[in-house]
Amino acid sequence: MIELDETDRAILRALVADATVKSSTLGRRLGLSQPATWRRIKRLEEAGAIRGRRLDLDLEKLGFGVMVFLGVKLATKGRVSLEDFERAVTAIPEVQTVQHVLGLYDYRLRVVARDLTDFERVLRRRIMTLPGVGNVEANVVLSEERRPGPLG
Amino acid sequence: MLDDTDRRILRQLQADPGLSMADLAAASGIAPATCYKRVDRLQATGVIRATRAVVDWRALGYTVEVSLRITLDKAQDRAFEEFLAAARDIPEVLEIQSFLGRVDTRLTVIAHDMPHYQEIYRNRILRLPHISDIEALMHVATIKDHETLPL
Repeated sequence: MIELDETDRAILRALVADATVKSSTLGRRLGLSQPATWRRIKRLEEAGAIRGRRLDLDLEKLGFGVMVFLGVKLATKGRVSLEDFERAVTAIPEVQTVQHVLGLYDYRLRVVARDLTDFERVLRRRIMTLPGVGNVEANVVLSEERRPGPLG
Repeated sequence: MLDDTDRRILRQLQADPGLSMADLAAASGIAPATCYKRVDRLQATGVIRATRAVVDWRALGYTVEVSLRITLDKAQDRAFEEFLAAARDIPEVLEIQSFLGRVDTRLTVIAHDMPHYQEIYRNRILRLPHISDIEALMHVATIKDHETLPL
């Protein structure tokens, strides 16, 4: 585990907002030299604090008007292995994230679709036909916020 | 409107946001100058909002992640607004969604360990206004996390 100081946290916050920012620009903002900033970014990457980069796209402008969170309960945990379900669900292009969870459901999925009709198609043809799938609960996302997390 | 070239560029960029303009152009099968112009336009029109670093909270010592599904007391006039505003003040909250469905809202909460989670849950979450019910899903493993769009 990597220990962060105030400057590291400020760097992480800045890179989450814009990962393409130059280390010289970022350094100037934080009162650091370019090499010092670059070294700190390198250290954060090497320690695994930065897992990668993500392209933040405007879903609506790309025609994806609907996002749904699904809670999925497996019906046949004994017979169908979790791996079968996981392999099949991961291959569905409309499924953005899959999390194995403990609680009321076994898996939590984030699904995008063009509209509700398109979502219904994904649900019927792809989700409900997954191996071992049981009870499915759908919650349509009205709004979503990503927070910076404990980097303050 | 987007054409096939735009979609090709976005597919490549989604797969690897760190691609240089030259590599992106080559992977998309177009001239670098065209590629540059296209990416510029995708950014200017807000289709591409940003390229963001993804923080690995586990590497920062946050080993617990919980999804809290919350039903609000809708008899209260400003239940949603007041709940959301208060939830934003909790640093360990990573995501906030509001829903049309059986639950009203959902929070992703991270913590260092179970005692830390217990502390956040008791002292911060349960004190949020207008909660009528909470269900917790404890995160075990992430199977897929690309957040790519099927373009």
